[in-house]
Amino acid sequence: MSAGTWGLAFAAAAGGIGTIAALVTVGPTRRWLVGILSGLSAAAGGATAILVLVGHGPVTVHLPQILPLAGVELNLDALGAVFVLAVAIVALPASIYGIGYTAHGLNRRSVQAMYPLFIVSLLLVPAAASVSTLLLLWEAMALTSLVLVAAEHRERSEVREAAWWYGSMSHLSMIAILMALVVFAGHAPGETFEALRMSGRHLSSSTRSFVFVLSLVGFGTKAGVVPLHVWLPRAHPEAPSHVSALMSGAMVNLGIYGVLRVTWDLLGGGPIWWGITVLFVGVTSALFGILHALVARDLKRLLAYSTSENMGLILVAVGAAGIYSSSGNPMLAGVAITAALLHIVNHAAFKGLLFLGAGSVVAATGTRDLDRMGGLLARMPVTGAAFAVGSLAIMALPPFNGFVSEWLLLKSLVQGLPASSVAISVTMPIAVGAVALTGGLAAAAFAKAFGTGFLARPRSPQVEAAAEVGGTMQTGMVSLAVACLGLGLAPFALLDVLRRAGAALPSLWGGEPVRSVGVTLHTGGLTGSLSPLFIGGGLILLVVLIPVVLRLLGVAGRRRVAENWGSGRSLQTARMEYTATSFAEPLQRVFDDVLRPEFDLAVTHTAESRYYVEAVRYRVGIVDGFETHVYRPLIRVAKRWGEMSRWVQNGSIHRYLAYLFVALLIVLLVSQ
Amino acid sequence: MTVPAAVGALIQVTLVIAVAPILTGLMRATRAKLEGRAGPSVVQPWRDIRKLLHKERIKPEYSGWVFLLAPRVLLASGLMVVVLVPLITTATALGGSGDLFAVVYLVLLGTVFLVLAGLDPGTAFGGMGASRAITVAALAEPAFLLAIFALSVRAGSSSLATIVDSVLAEPRSLASPGSLLALAAVSVVVLAESGRLPVDNPSTHLELTMIHESMVLEYAGPDLAVVELASQVRLTIFLGLIANLFAPWGIAVTTHPADLAIGTGVVVAKLALLGVVIATFEVFVAKMRLFRVPELLTAAFILAFLAITMSFFLT
Repeated sequence: MSAGTWGLAFAAAAGGIGTIAALVTVGPTRRWLVGILSGLSAAAGGATAILVLVGHGPVTVHLPQILPLAGVELNLDALGAVFVLAVAIVALPASIYGIGYTAHGLNRRSVQAMYPLFIVSLLLVPAAASVSTLLLLWEAMALTSLVLVAAEHRERSEVREAAWWYGSMSHLSMIAILMALVVFAGHAPGETFEALRMSGRHLSSSTRSFVFVLSLVGFGTKAGVVPLHVWLPRAHPEAPSHVSALMSGAMVNLGIYGVLRVTWDLLGGGPIWWGITVLFVGVTSALFGILHALVARDLKRLLAYSTSENMGLILVAVGAAGIYSSSGNPMLAGVAITAALLHIVNHAAFKGLLFLGAGSVVAATGTRDLDRMGGLLARMPVTGAAFAVGSLAIMALPPFNGFVSEWLLLKSLVQGLPASSVAISVTMPIAVGAVALTGGLAAAAFAKAFGTGFLARPRSPQVEAAAEVGGTMQTGMVSLAVACLGLGLAPFALLDVLRRAGAALPSLWGGEPVRSVGVTLHTGGLTGSLSPLFIGGGLILLVVLIPVVLRLLGVAGRRRVAENWGSGRSLQTARMEYTATSFAEPLQRVFDDVLRPEFDLAVTHTAESRYYVEAVRYRVGIVDGFETHVYRPLIRVAKRWGEMSRWVQNGSIHRYLAYLFVALLIVLLVSQ
Repeated sequence: MTVPAAVGALIQVTLVIAVAPILTGLMRATRAKLEGRAGPSVVQPWRDIRKLLHKERIKPEYSGWVFLLAPRVLLASGLMVVVLVPLITTATALGGSGDLFAVVYLVLLGTVFLVLAGLDPGTAFGGMGASRAITVAALAEPAFLLAIFALSVRAGSSSLATIVDSVLAEPRSLASPGSLLALAAVSVVVLAESGRLPVDNPSTHLELTMIHESMVLEYAGPDLAVVELASQVRLTIFLGLIANLFAPWGIAVTTHPADLAIGTGVVVAKLALLGVVIATFEVFVAKMRLFRVPELLTAAFILAFLAITMSFFLT
């Protein structure tokens, strides 16, 4: 057995033992054992992924005795390893964090037993190398996460509703994936990925397109792309926060993995409209997701919508890669795919961090409502600083990691134009415009999340009384914050390994798309370079130097604390502050055609005179348009269909006999 | 990194810090002259900074480290941009460390920190300014990036030095419709991002109408001096970018001392000219209503989009 096989075996074993430990132990022992064993499982998975990525070949495991007929086939190549690495980056800190977090009423047997299994399934899905293995692991991932989402269903009824949405959507996606892969395997000599890969290019174009569309729908649902995203802003906020971190940072990525694996590996790429479709799905998700994140009041809902947005950005890069490869520019496709893979790793780090931060806030204050928060940075300095790092990273600002992948993404879209076809020259400017608008709105959304949540003064008593969370939770957040900074300063360390991953997708890779010279990144095609270490390091150095210079100029160091300026009035209260809703109001007004907010303004006058106002109530509600205009009607139709079938099947044995008789008559008549 | 190239970058930083307050002073003096006022001298902003540096440091009651860090980040991000952009010479080896896209994100970094600093003390004015500033920044960013896209397509590179060199090599490309549209888009973005009329009025005295000024209302003394200097540096960078992306003549292409001297003189002259033009323009326009600003920025976005399509279809 090779080192990689041992790594995977260890990951699975640690997860299994974790589940058993959760079942047989109680109290704090259970929390600690589950956390440590899940963490070990994630670490082993991550180590295996790194082994594969630095060139120690794919890890292949064949277990014929586990599944009847087919057996379990695992083959972790460099492409899968990037996704395993992204899972490990979130899962290790999230498990440590979970030790402290589950002390708040989540240390139940069912929840704790599912958590290690969820991590193992996340680690193994990218290693699946046959249709049946993939479907088995995929379903394991969906079911374990469903149990985890429903963890607090007794406490809050919204959890139950979220779990319903999540369960239904993930099964619909399962049906789509199943149909795509079964049809694919039916046209191939076998069901292993090896067999699919050999026949993928030789299928009829209608079969190929059928498989592409269905797998995009199926995997896209898991990635939370618009309009299949409806489960995401419900399920991710309601799940326990360390599970939300895993779902948003790791699980949704596997949807992207599925699209890449089936479309550009097994099918070997396709006509240009595949790329264009993926790109426009990405553009829609990015814009729709960030607009809803911008106006969300619920902190975790904001993060969930932003996951939709980031998956959209990744799909924009994937789609651009597809377009370039179909129009004969594999090198440009390589830049785009590098951007996509780098963003997946980066997004895992910062979104995991943000969800853990949100979890700490929920644990300390009991609220997710940004309008009730405020002043948390002073009360929870570590959580606040970690959340600040995550926010700056997701805004794509230097010196953090989001900056590098967003830069690469923009470069990959821009560079197509000089050597282009009409399709490229029309789609790429639209994509750049959308990505840029998304970037601007993301800055606003996360300035809101951090600025109104953590800065200023608390707007409710429970937030006023908040205290910093415990050591394990802090460790989880701080390690991810360090990862965000490290990946932002030294992305060149990751480029070599991404090169191997890209080479696993030969249809999307050519030449040397992104190379690092020293600490500077150079892209092929349209030239341009970036040295994140220089920019980030320079920024940090200047920020440190400026106070030194000021001191040399004779500026005193001490500051006198003074009251805020209130236009001459004193006594400003926290109620006068800008809230999250008011902060986003101008942008909400700019985009009200898309968001369609519902206002409700009620003014109560005093009894004496209608010129004196007693109270003003302002309520604004923003609902997801897709949910009200697409899903609700669909659900209504499904319900009516169900009621009709109840009329047909009313339990009367006489009627059933009549059906049998009629059916028999029809069969006899037809067979005549 | 070669030594002369580093010297070039150092000269740029020194020059921008020295010139930025004077540029603001020049713009104020021009305005005063056109409005028939005597107005302060052009070095008044420097005197203000000197005065502020010797005042007491004040920290608002409820603010934390974000408030204290923001002025430094704002100035640091501005100075990083100065290191990256070719103002005096295109031969700074540091220019390869970041291209035009990096410049956009560095500018955004400063804006975001200022927005957070506006929220930190928990006052209504700060929040109002922060909310408006991020609205303008969020909508200006797409127009800015698309305009950069148009310029990069023309030069085949997003590197600033290469773009400037390509214009020097082929000046006729400037007269193309694509370049002119990109110039228009960039100009609107620059007015918005640097808080000039018609987007924001830098000399207003009413908190309710301000964007930038109400965000920094709580700053005083040396911190205010840093914020002021950083804003002036930012304006200088933007004007320098416009000057050198659309009229790069006179910029040094080597690090020879004589070339550098000429480059310095030329860029100062260009900045002064642009400053006077903008100040003159500001005399004749009024500030827009806040909710008309998105329309202006959308127009810039469309101009930039057209610039790209032009550069593709008309070459």
